Amino acid sequence: MNVIKCEACGYENSSGTAICNNCGKPLDKDNNTNLLNMRYDGRAIRSKTRNTSIVDKIWNFFSSIKVGVSLIAIALIASAIGTIFPQSPYIPSTVEPAVHYRDQYGIFGQIYYQLGFHELYSSWWYMILIALIGISIFIVSLDRGIPLYKALKNQNPKRHINFLKRQKLFGYYSQYSPKDYDTLKANLKKHRYKIYEKDGHILAEKGRFSRWGPYVNHTGLIIFLIGTLLHFVPYMYVDEFIWVREGETEIIPGTGQKYYVENQDFIFETYGDDEEDAKFSEMLERQGTVVAKHYETKAIIYKDTSEGVIGSEPTLEEVTRGSAIVNEPIKFDGFALYQSKYQLNEFQSMSFKLHETDDPEEQSLLEFTVDFADPERVYTFDNGFKIEINKYYPDYVLDDDGTPRSQTNYPRNPAFVFFVYPPGEEEPEVSFIGIRQNLDPSQSNQYRIGLTGIDVRDVSGLNLKKDLTLPVLGLGAFIFMIGVIQGMYWQHRRIWIHPENGTLYIASHTNKNWFGMNKEVEKIMQNTNFEMLEDQENKVTKDK
Amino acid sequence: MEDLLFWSSVLLYAAFVLYFISTVLFAATIKDKRHEKKFTKLHLLALSTTIIGFLTQLSYFITRWIASGHAPVSNMFEFVTFFSMMLVLAFVILYFIYRIEMLGLFALPVTLVIIGYASVFPQEISPLVPSLKSHWLYIHVTTVALGEAILAVSFVAGIIYLIKQISQERLTGRNFLLEVIIYSIFSAIGFAVISWGFTLADYSATFELEVDEQQVEMEYTLPAIIGPYNGTLITENKMDGIIPAPEWLHGVEASKKLNTLVWSLLVGLVLYGITLLILKKRVAKAIQPLLNKANPELLDEVCYRAVAIGFPVFTLGGLIFAAIWAQEAWNRYWGWDPKEVWALITWFFYAIFLHLRLTRGWHGEKSAWLAVVGFAIIMFNLIVVNLVLAGLHSYA
Repeated sequence: MNVIKCEACGYENSSGTAICNNCGKPLDKDNNTNLLNMRYDGRAIRSKTRNTSIVDKIWNFFSSIKVGVSLIAIALIASAIGTIFPQSPYIPSTVEPAVHYRDQYGIFGQIYYQLGFHELYSSWWYMILIALIGISIFIVSLDRGIPLYKALKNQNPKRHINFLKRQKLFGYYSQYSPKDYDTLKANLKKHRYKIYEKDGHILAEKGRFSRWGPYVNHTGLIIFLIGTLLHFVPYMYVDEFIWVREGETEIIPGTGQKYYVENQDFIFETYGDDEEDAKFSEMLERQGTVVAKHYETKAIIYKDTSEGVIGSEPTLEEVTRGSAIVNEPIKFDGFALYQSKYQLNEFQSMSFKLHETDDPEEQSLLEFTVDFADPERVYTFDNGFKIEINKYYPDYVLDDDGTPRSQTNYPRNPAFVFFVYPPGEEEPEVSFIGIRQNLDPSQSNQYRIGLTGIDVRDVSGLNLKKDLTLPVLGLGAFIFMIGVIQGMYWQHRRIWIHPENGTLYIASHTNKNWFGMNKEVEKIMQNTNFEMLEDQENKVTKDK
Repeated sequence: MEDLLFWSSVLLYAAFVLYFISTVLFAATIKDKRHEKKFTKLHLLALSTTIIGFLTQLSYFITRWIASGHAPVSNMFEFVTFFSMMLVLAFVILYFIYRIEMLGLFALPVTLVIIGYASVFPQEISPLVPSLKSHWLYIHVTTVALGEAILAVSFVAGIIYLIKQISQERLTGRNFLLEVIIYSIFSAIGFAVISWGFTLADYSATFELEVDEQQVEMEYTLPAIIGPYNGTLITENKMDGIIPAPEWLHGVEASKKLNTLVWSLLVGLVLYGITLLILKKRVAKAIQPLLNKANPELLDEVCYRAVAIGFPVFTLGGLIFAAIWAQEAWNRYWGWDPKEVWALITWFFYAIFLHLRLTRGWHGEKSAWLAVVGFAIIMFNLIVVNLVLAGLHSYA
């Protein structure tokens, strides 16, 4: 590999070096008076020196800031496109997405759907884009971070005079007393600078750690991105949903048949019930809708401890009990059970009685209850009556052509066709009974079935989550924050003092916040005869 | 309780007036040519009026918190006023670092416009739905507002830089763009003016239209320039829609929103036109001489520094705290809700800003333009995402 030999000190620098790694002499043309580019302290970086093999080319591609910025810009635009219409999880689940986007948003919606933008963020190309950003972050950090670390680790306090002359803040003083020099040094210490000395040359430095900020935050981001990938690893992530009716115990899916949940009670409160809600009356009135105030499921979690054969009765042992409230899940053995949805007043059972059609007193001949969870088909009675459920429509509707059917399997609008067999009769009387409906198709029934009561109960929609990726994500986010704060809220400031032939040269550099650097140099110069350093960047622009 | 709420709104008005006075005072410090580069009594007065204004607004915040029982950051009015308060705080912090009066002269009027904008939304206190009942509501929302406010200061510095640096000798593409930005600020004022005007006049016109094979009614509180598609006016003696909304414009109340936008742009145009007539030149050209003393290098520094300070705060509030709360409330830390996506877009954008700063040639004017775009994204997230792209965050 090529080396550049420093003319001043003879040190052999690897090619691509801009400032001698040993003495600090700028390695470009001697008569150049432009300000030095201080990036990575003039170290050679891999991406700027090698470009032959395919590995080099890939490396150079990803380590370019321009490429990184372009990738972020593409991700930005893509993300924005994803918000033009709602993503598929946010559209009603009852409609086909293809139909929904066409009906709701017309031709644009249709195109949007066709291009797969309704699931943009889980599309392969979006994920590849984010992965490319991740690779770019990783490579650029190695490419720049390592040379910078080496450069700052081995700083020579004694720098070549041209190095100082080409700093932004620079001054030289031919008449100075040793007292001034000492005061300056004391002031630097007072401002918490670390002093490195060599033959009367001084390097005063502070805040070097802020230079690691970008690399720390990039590490955090990479950890975070790895965390998001872990989602796809089995057992790291569980997301299941379950409806549990009040009073019932159900197996919790996603737990390997091990855990059960019992819904003891579902509580639902709305605003306006309490006196203290009076202050919200204006808003509630304007909106005119019921606003939920609080809902929770009181539940018991059981574990099946039977080690028995499949199909044997489970042995349930209570693990924990508590309330699943929005924002406060029930936690057990690494799982969290969240209050997610609810359905109020679902029909649990209906009670009926039988009486003679022309009995004005409607005196009950028999009573029976149909439990919707487990409806019996035939009900027989001691007095010889027999009632058979001929048809059961849990969610009754009448079709356009007049045929009855059930919309869903949930007992939302139950209706029945009953066969009533009076004692000794073979031919049944037919009755049709639903909510607010009681029909006698033959118009000649001797007996009539009457609805006496409806029992309702609430249903809790619970969401079971286990997410072992969370600690990884949290760690990534935490490291990112540390890195970004350390890089943004501190600066790396350096001051070089260079005595030569009775003249004292002073220069300073900071990686950001020149305003603060200027102020600090002013303070450090206090009580000395030194004048303030000159901002050579301004001078250059003024001269032009 | 009613009393407390009353005093709370009085305090907000008082803060508004105080900010107005501070703006005038900061203008006076710039006009004052006798004491250059000195912190005079006038400066002290301007600064202390601003701080008193801030404390007054803080009292509004606290009294309203006591009255409603929860931190007043839960609907559009409350969030936007809180954002304006954070903008003043961010300005004061940066003023203490850099002592640039010009920043106040621009940041405070922006604050006034934002408060005016906030006051258009329903101001009564509203109850919290279960998912909002969490300490993360305060932590997340307040940090986001502070972060965005600090980022907004970068916009303020950027716009001053642009007005100062861009040649106003003749109309160029760049100073045309600058006028467009100024015009959009006028439109925001226009929105507040027109909404207040017709609210005070109690304007209401109801339209009947068919949505999904159902007859629904839609109430317009502004005269309908853009009427609903296929709608019929059923209130008597009110203006019928001049132009019906295009058919492809779907979504609830889309035509109403478009109508409001058209009104704001028109009133903004009138206000801008009047200003042009008074000034007899482009607004930026008229402001430019006032910025003689401004140091462009320092403005560029502030523009960058505000992003450097605001970016970590925004990341913490807008992404990390947001994700923690989303995990608590909806058991997923990220759900690609439009508001979340736009927070991510904001973050992407400022990440680009910070990286471009490392590249040569992206200081100064280009940087200032980026700061303007960044603020536009923040405003987009605050206004358009809430009002147009409905989602989990579309309160108000």
